[in-house]
Formats: sequence, C-alpha cells, structure tokens
Amino acid sequence: MKDKNVIQVEDLSKLFGDFAAVNQISFQVKSGEIFGFLGANGAGKTTAMKMLIGISSPTSGTATVAGFDVYKEAESIKKNIGYMSQKFALYDDLTIKENITFFGGIYGLSKKQIDRKRCELVDELGLQEVANSLVSSLPLGWKQKLAFSVSLLHDPKIVFLDEPTGGVDPITRRQFWEMIYKAAHNGTTIFVTTHYMDEAEYCDRVSIMVNGKIEALDTPKKLKAHYKTDTMNDVFLKLARG
Amino acid sequence: MGISVSNITKSYGKVTALSDISFDVKPGELFGLIGPDGAGKTTLFRILTTLLIADKGQATVAGYDVLKEYKSIRNSVGYMPGRFSLYQDLTVEENLNFFATIFGTTIEENYDLVKDIYVQIEPFKTRRAGKLSGGMKQKLALSCALIHKPKVLFLDEPTTGVDPVSRKEFWEMLKRLQKKDITILVSTPYMDEAALCDRIALIQDGKILQIDTPNAIVRHFPKPLYNISANDMYGLIESLTNHEHTYSIFPFGEFVHYTDKRDLMDREGLKDYLESQGLTDIHIEKTQPTIEDTFMELAK
Amino acid sequence: MKRFVGFVRKEFYHIFRDKRSLFILFGMPIAQILLFGFAITNEINNVNIAILDQANDVTSKEIINKIAASKHFSIVDIIQKESSIESIFKKGKVKAVLQFENNFGNNLIKEKQANVQVLTDATDPNMANTISNYISAILKKYQQELNKNTTIDYQIVPQSRMVYNAELKSVYMFVPGVMTVILMLVSAMMTSISITREKEQGTMEILLVSPLKPFQVIIGKVFPYIFLSVINAIVIVLLSIFVFNVPVNGSLFLLGIESVLFIITSLALGILISTISATQQTAMMISLMGLMLPTILLSGFIFPISSMPLPLQVISNIIPAKWFIIIVKGIMLKGIGIGFIFKETAILVLMTLLFIGISVKKYKIRLE
Repeated sequence: MKDKNVIQVEDLSKLFGDFAAVNQISFQVKSGEIFGFLGANGAGKTTAMKMLIGISSPTSGTATVAGFDVYKEAESIKKNIGYMSQKFALYDDLTIKENITFFGGIYGLSKKQIDRKRCELVDELGLQEVANSLVSSLPLGWKQKLAFSVSLLHDPKIVFLDEPTGGVDPITRRQFWEMIYKAAHNGTTIFVTTHYMDEAEYCDRVSIMVNGKIEALDTPKKLKAHYKTDTMNDVFLKLARG
Repeated sequence: MGISVSNITKSYGKVTALSDISFDVKPGELFGLIGPDGAGKTTLFRILTTLLIADKGQATVAGYDVLKEYKSIRNSVGYMPGRFSLYQDLTVEENLNFFATIFGTTIEENYDLVKDIYVQIEPFKTRRAGKLSGGMKQKLALSCALIHKPKVLFLDEPTTGVDPVSRKEFWEMLKRLQKKDITILVSTPYMDEAALCDRIALIQDGKILQIDTPNAIVRHFPKPLYNISANDMYGLIESLTNHEHTYSIFPFGEFVHYTDKRDLMDREGLKDYLESQGLTDIHIEKTQPTIEDTFMELAK
Repeated sequence: MKRFVGFVRKEFYHIFRDKRSLFILFGMPIAQILLFGFAITNEINNVNIAILDQANDVTSKEIINKIAASKHFSIVDIIQKESSIESIFKKGKVKAVLQFENNFGNNLIKEKQANVQVLTDATDPNMANTISNYISAILKKYQQELNKNTTIDYQIVPQSRMVYNAELKSVYMFVPGVMTVILMLVSAMMTSISITREKEQGTMEILLVSPLKPFQVIIGKVFPYIFLSVINAIVIVLLSIFVFNVPVNGSLFLLGIESVLFIITSLALGILISTISATQQTAMMISLMGLMLPTILLSGFIFPISSMPLPLQVISNIIPAKWFIIIVKGIMLKGIGIGFIFKETAILVLMTLLFIGISVKKYKIRLE
C-alpha cells in the first residue's frame, strides 16, 4: 500500500512565529498521478511545496516523498525528484547543449548517459538548429518546454512544477501539457501548481489551499459536482470567497 | 476621446516587436489587447503613453499625436505599467497623495472616481505599499492611475500574478469605471478575461490576428468544433494525433477540442476508430468555440 | 566529484560571458596596479621652488646651480624681496623657498658658518618633511665637498621652517581631503543611486507619463542631498576646528560658498552617472571605481601630484576634487581670499556647467 503513494503527507505544518503558513495539511499522491496543488497567493502553496522538495524543514507533522522522510532524508529527496519553476529554469547565458550537459552532471548522470539524453532531447523538441544558441534567444514557450525536459533528465519518480506555464501562449501551453501527459503515462508522478484554472481540469486530482489549510481535495469532476459549478474557476471562487 | 493607431511598427535590433499594427478604440470603450508574453503588448502601451517612439506609423491618444503632442498626452492619461509600480516605502495614503499632487489635483477632488476601489484598501492606508498583498497593490495602483481623472486609462497586464478572486473583482471595478466615461485599454494574457471587454484585439508575435467583439470573434473560427472525452486523456490525445482526418486537437480541461479536415464529420466513424485504439467511455458532441480556440486557430 | 566539476565549468561560462565581470577580473587589477604603482611614491620629483638670493655671491650661486641640477627640484621663480615670500606661497606656485642671507659667502669664509633658510609649505606635512630633508641633503653634500680639501670645517646650516603647519600635523592634510571625499561620495554616489533606483523600480515610467517635467524630477531628486551635504560639510568643519584644532585662517563665508559650489559639482556628476547607468549596482560601481578611487589617488589628497608621471598629472586636472582641495587648503590653512583661488573656482564652475549640460542632453524623456 505504502509504495503506491509517492507522496504521503500527514498533519504537516510550518509556523513562522505565531503565523501558521501551512496548517496541518494531509494528503497522498499516487504513482503516475497528475496532482494539481492550487491556492491563492499567500495561501501557503509555495511554503508547502518547499517542504516537500526538501529545502525547508517543517515545524510539525510527517511527510515522505519518493519514500524518503522530509526531515531526515532531504538530500535523498532532492536526488530523486525533478523541479521546474516559472521564475527560474535554465541559465540564459549558457547554450541549450551546455544547459543539458550541466544539469545532467548535477543529477549524477554518466557522460555517456548525458550524451545520449542530449541527442534525444534535442531531437524530440526539434531544437537541432538552435542547440548551440544561448537559451536567452529562445522564446518563452520553448524555454519552458526545454526546462521541463531537463527536469526529467535523470528519470525522477516525481516532478514538481511551480507555475510552469505563466505567460506562455495558449498553443505552447497545451503542448506543454501534452508533454506532462506523456510523462505521467510513463509512470512519472506530476505535482503541479498553476494559476490557470483551466489547467486544473487536466489533473487527475486537485487540492485547493486556503489560508494554510486544504479546503478541498478531489477529482475536478467531483469538485464541480459538489460545488454545483461548471468550471474549476468557479469552484475556486466559491471556496476562496467563502 | 479615444485612441487611434495606424501602421505602427517597432523593432529592437533584429527582433520585430510590433508589425504594422492598426486599430481604433472608441471613446468610453473597454478595449482588450489579448495575447501571451512577447506578443508586443507592453511595447504598444509604451508607444501610446509616449514612452517609446515607433519606427513607423502614427497614433493619437485623446486626440493628441503621440509624437508631437506628447506633453498633452502625459497630462491627461492614467498609466498602470506591469508590476504595479508603486513606491514600496511610502504608505497607501502617501502614494495616492503623491500621484494626485504631481497631476495638480487632490485626493478629495476626484474621490468619487476612486471611492469604490479605495474603500477596500482604506483600512490599510497607513501601511507601506511594499507590505500589501498582490490584490491590494493592484487596487492601489489603479486608484493612483485614476486619481487625476484621466480621459484615457492604460492598464498593462493588471491581473497578472494575482489570484482569481482579485482578478474577478478587478474586472468588476473596470466595468463600473466605464460608466464614468473613461476610455480603457487593457492588456491581458488571460483569454477568459477577454470576454468581459467591449471589443478585443488578439495579438501574437507583434501582429494583430483579429479585432472584434468577444461574441463576434468566435465566429471567425472556421470549422465546426467538437468536445471529445474518453476514459484516458493521454490515450485519447495520442489516438487523435495519429488519426488521418484530424485537423487540430487541443486539450481543454476534461475534453479535447477537435476539428476535422473534412467538411462533414463522421461521428460514428470517429467513435469506432477510438474504440479500436482501446478507449472507452467515449463522448463526442458539438460545442461552441471559445476565444481561446479562435486565438489558437488564427495564430497557427 | 563529477557534479562539482560540472558546476565549476558552468561558473566559468558565466564569468567569461559577462563583460562586466571580465572587466572587474582583468581590467581593474591592471589599471589599479599601474595607478598605484605610479601614483604612490615617497619620492619627490620636479617640486617647484623659489629662490631668494640676498647674497648674490659665488657660493650662493654655486649652491643654486646644484639645486637646479637636481631632478627633485625645479626652480620656477627668483624673488627679490622677503615680502614676496608670503604671496608666492599663497599663490601656491611653489612648495618651498630657499633664502640665502646677506653676505652668505662672506659669512661662510669669515665665521666658517652661514645660514640658509628653508621655508616649506607644510599644508602637506609629509611632503614638506621630504622636501626639507632633500634640500638639507644637497646642502650637506656641498658642504662636504667644500671641506674635502681643507682642514677647515665649514658649516652650512639649513634653518628649516614649516609654513602654515609648524607642527607638521597630518590632520591638516587629512581634513580638507576627507571633506572633499565625503562630499563627493554623498553627493555623487547617493544622487546617482537615487535616480537609478527610480528606473529600476519601474516608477520612473509613471513619472515620465505625468505633467512633471524632466528637470523637475532631477532637481527634486537632488535637492535633499544639497541639504544633507551642507550639513555634512558644516559638521566636518566644526569637528576639525574644535576637535583637531585645524585653523580656519581665511574666511568661513568663502569656505561655505566654495563648498556649496563643490557640492553642486558633485551632484551634477551624480546626475551624469545616472544617465549612463541602468541599475543601482552600475551606478554604485561607476561611483566607486570611476570616481572615488581616482579622487583619492589623483587629487593630491594623500599622494603629491607633482611626483607622479606626466600622464597622471594631466589626468588629475579633470578631477574636480583636486581643485577643491587646493581651495579648501588655501582658505583654511593659508588664509587666502578669492583672488588667489579664482582660477580653481572658475574651473569648478566650468566643470559643473559641463556636467549639467551633458546630463540635460542625455536625459531621456523617453524610455530608450
């Protein structure tokens, strides 16, 4: 039973002084699931995510990610997950190839593996012509797609995506999500936060945080039925307002 | 007192930010500029607020030419650039006072214009702007842009990075402002906000794809559109991508939006094909194209 | 280990692709070594001195020739009367005056001893000491040669007097220098940072799209710093008078006016820097590297300009601090009036107008 849950969180809290940024949240994420982690700015999403990816220690509660304990085995967590955020993904002043080589090295891949993956990646994304150009010359959508691929270089069990499609045009956004579907289909668990409520619909299950607590957790279909709305956007509005 | 743009072109070195842009905004209209990052929205705003000079083309704002009469424009427009530029270390009240003063007016004089918005942040008026939440900063920035009763209001991505609740409230405020005779030009990457404008221009890579009212613009979608769902989204996408008659497929929430290459779509045939690919629970039904569908089709 | 290597390689890429860091890593050290190497020297060369030869005899002329031949000194004036000494020091043309008493030669032969007055401008006490010592050395050498072939022990006695700073207090030199550096630092750096901060925050955009005229924005930014700098200047002067007993022999009022002038010069420089900087970091770097460092090294604050190689001496002329230090030292230590520092004042005024002119031209009423 336990191995099926790649993320297991129980009563996890993070306090800053008196203020509970994350207030006793509990949930599980199954292997291969696309899990949407939603909430308004300041609801505690980012704080919670930081605890799960091993860069922030919780105040109380328990959590395991990829089977590792967030308190004691944070380093192992970092080795077994991929991470990509809107704010930073790749180095602008390195070329595409150099970025892939660099991150491959950081994730501990052998030179042979890196070379192979690099070729695969460049081919898959159709970047042959620009492979030796600086990442800064790529349009935003390409950068994000490349960053996502790079986060998967070491075949992690889970990938954490922090608002990965902000500002990207609608076509590329969907191509991005098709890449996510493919990765999930291949067994990678996807943990994603987003401001685009329509993207919430793509997830297998969605959790919504309000003021540090998880106020809703279910499939998009069931949430819409429960709150008697047509869209996830309206579910969110009802929850956040109330 | 509207906006008129004719054949505006602007490049930065080798990159063309805007390419032959033309459109008009009628006085008192709420006009949306819809497009993703890099479409050229901010460049266009900076040209219209006289902060940048276009390489080619002309534009007038409130009847004044952006090149020759820029001073008059700067006296009579309200501008909210991205990142709601406020003075972080001044309080809410001090910020508002400052902007009122440099425009030669006072908070009291035009208070009725900003009242709806300002009352929501008034309880925090002695708090430093840097310590406000995103939604509150947004409201403050809007108030500061309005306090001198501008004829034209330029809002550059005012809802980016703000939670959906605040976004909704913001647009409600804009609608109320419209009634007070202010021409508003808003840019946003969120397609669902486009529906709230009087008219919209879809823009990508420096070019305008289409201009019309939100209702009419979806009529530019060339083909019938279908919602398709099945038990496995990924399998569905894969199957349809490999299908010989597929013209376009895009995931849309729990459905896939599908258009067929042929004029007459064969629903049964498609269902059979999908079942042969191992999919079950298949639903196919016609649906109305949204602004986003139209955008993607025009942007191809 | 492999990860570490990969990481280090990436760091090298960053460094070599960033022009700014390349400049800091290679350009600056070279520039600094050259600058320090040439500018810092304890030697003195080509120091301007004047001679008052009241004896006009063979011996005095011989000594004068020896001095003229020395690379350390450059005789630029021969004065005729004692009363001219004060004004020549006030003009700042010479750093020392050699005065041969009447009957120098006769005294030497008859009394076996003659005196030479060595008057040194001690507003720069270190240099004054060195000058005095070098002159004494030349005199001693001449004396040795005289005594070589005789059994008589002739004595040429240098009587050294430090003018303006009898006790050779180094604080006399530091106070004007520190005042200059602080005024320049606060005014130029703070102004440039304040303006570029507005640009960085994005609020400059809004200011531009408003009825505020560009010059109003600039004057408004600069105004608080004029006040603060004036207060700074007053505090420094008060401290130096009451704590360090540095005299103010000249007019306090004149000192005040000249200080305000220099403050405005520095502010204008700050505005100029802000027009070429996009970020606060750049403004700070330019202020520190391009302004502070040359000011400290080349303004004559610590290291005498006359001892530097010619190119550096020429460059020192474009540093406003150099002229202000001359003015401050002159007013405080020498007690001179506007007449003697007219040239320096005019130069500062011209520089100010130039900086303001360029800034106005470069100030962008648009964003690019």
